[in-house]
Amino acid sequence: MSGTRVASLAAALLAMVPIAGAAVLYSARGPARTDGLRAGEYDPPRAAPEFSLAGSDGRPVTLSRYRGKIVLLTFGFTYCAAVCPTTLATLAQARSRLGKRADAVQVVFVTVDPERDDAAQMRSYLAAFDTGFVGATGDPKALAAARAGYGVTAVREGTGPDYAMVHTSSIFLIDRAGRLRAMMPFGRDAEDFAHDIGVLLEA
Amino acid sequence: MQRVVAAMLAALVLSGLGWAAFAPLETGSGEVLFAIPAGTSARRLAGEELAILPRTIRLGVQDVLVLRNADNAPHIFGPTLIMPGQTFRLPFTRAATYSFLCTAHADGQLSVIVEPAPAAGWERLRWRWRILANRG
Repeated sequence: MSGTRVASLAAALLAMVPIAGAAVLYSARGPARTDGLRAGEYDPPRAAPEFSLAGSDGRPVTLSRYRGKIVLLTFGFTYCAAVCPTTLATLAQARSRLGKRADAVQVVFVTVDPERDDAAQMRSYLAAFDTGFVGATGDPKALAAARAGYGVTAVREGTGPDYAMVHTSSIFLIDRAGRLRAMMPFGRDAEDFAHDIGVLLEA
Repeated sequence: MQRVVAAMLAALVLSGLGWAAFAPLETGSGEVLFAIPAGTSARRLAGEELAILPRTIRLGVQDVLVLRNADNAPHIFGPTLIMPGQTFRLPFTRAATYSFLCTAHADGQLSVIVEPAPAAGWERLRWRWRILANRG
């Protein structure tokens, strides 16, 4: 073999090194990060704003009532056509994935539509998803104050009995110490919630 | 000698193309930061219109949207309420268009478009070329 051919072969082999390296790196790469929360995290976390509303279980709903549990707090209304049923079904799925650890999780659904959502209406609506869910209602002023603490907006849309409410659809994650740790945007799946609840329970 | 040089050049070009087509994209470290500067609240109270957050934000899969409030008043910033001195980090792991209610915009909406990572091969090569061309 001539010197020129050897040099050409050596150059070609040299070229294979970064390609092979890239291929190895690519195959070794995981699908996604598993550390930290998948929800949006607040740094530093603050105390979750407290409220006191009428509960669908007949007792006042406050965050301090659930201290020691992970609270998943969301705002919506029982006449919601798509967003709220999807969120509640996802949270029910997440709880069922957790098995016994679900006992350490409380879902609180605060209405943005007190005109139609009284405690009885909320109780029967939420029971279709998970009998452990608690609804919260009250007078418009108290509900507006609860929303303001989380930056939640709710606007009535349409007139007549079939009006809708356009509202913030995020879910707030409150840790066992009552700190607002994270916010999960609408559209994430049960696996994401189960993952983050696991992280908060182990913290 | 000329053939050796030509072979080495060809090898270099091939290795560059191979890297661009198959090397993994950076993941999990792509933080896209938007900050509310100090004094924003006072300037808004004075009647000044400030556009801090774009109407549409484009991210890649695995990017993290970082919102920081450096002002001395709470702000509803994009999808959430952020207190003074607080930072909010929201990772996006799936390609989709996310719509948020956002009072920082006149129409009350913020869209975050998360684009899928290009697949290894031709698609990733074209993606890197586009990034390079945009930088130029």
